[in-house]
Amino acid sequence: MRELERAVVNRLQGGFPLAPRPFAAAAAELGTDEATLIETLRAMLAAGTLTRFGPLFDAERLGGAFTLCAMSVPASDLERVVAQVNAHPEVAHNYAREHRFNLWFVLATGARARIAEVIATIEAETGYPVLDLPREREYFIDLRLTA
Amino acid sequence: MKATDEAIVRATQGGLPLVAEPYAALARELGVAQDELCARLAAMLEDGRIRRIGAVPNHYALGYKANAMTVWDVADDAVDELGAAVGALEFVTHCYRRPRRLPDWRYNLFAMVHGRSRAETEAHRAAIRAQLGGALAADDVLYSTRILKKTGLRLA
Repeated sequence: MRELERAVVNRLQGGFPLAPRPFAAAAAELGTDEATLIETLRAMLAAGTLTRFGPLFDAERLGGAFTLCAMSVPASDLERVVAQVNAHPEVAHNYAREHRFNLWFVLATGARARIAEVIATIEAETGYPVLDLPREREYFIDLRLTA
Repeated sequence: MKATDEAIVRATQGGLPLVAEPYAALARELGVAQDELCARLAAMLEDGRIRRIGAVPNHYALGYKANAMTVWDVADDAVDELGAAVGALEFVTHCYRRPRRLPDWRYNLFAMVHGRSRAETEAHRAAIRAQLGGALAADDVLYSTRILKKTGLRLA
């Protein structure tokens, strides 16, 4: 990874200025110029090193209700259950994990009451129980992965 | 949420325009003054609706291929203090307290850990274990094997 790309990952995950020429200001901090920084960000986005450049929103604080759900599903039945779970528009992310609880998904709905309804529907459709694990508290969160 | 804020979220959730004056470009698109746009973004940063503004790296592209959800059964009277300490570790990207669901699920602290290899991730787990000390009753790890669905942020 080039030095400037490394600097973008290590020093530009936050704090992008709310100024008329923010790339110029950020570039000065990183020891480069505005055009080079913009070109580098374009290249990093195109290469997939960055998924996005801009504001990172806290979905929960924007409104709505969320929870993390877990299911324990036999491997032989997993494909059917995944299709039934994913068919719900409230299912935002769904990951297979190596564990007795092998299916983990996030439900995102407009209202808290809807969470219980969707969980009950998924349990009825699939025939397996769903663990409802809402976040009760969030501890210090910051992405500081380095390159 | 104010209509202006919703419009700003919609216009920026895919990213900022990569032009010399991105806020001016966005302000034109939204039909608001640039000062107003920046003031709204500053307010959303202040109240936490925006976590930060900047580069969002792709874990996998950076070489972090061993991404694990580590889960911990921590004494209730110690979990908040210890959760804050675990969340401050540099290799932990998300850290939450969630309810136990006994007898199926005993773990009340979740920490997402990213490593370049399973060996590195396991070393991180050992560091968390040391941090939790005597308050820890049991722990486990769940490596992700497949992304089955991933949709972006959607506003209702």
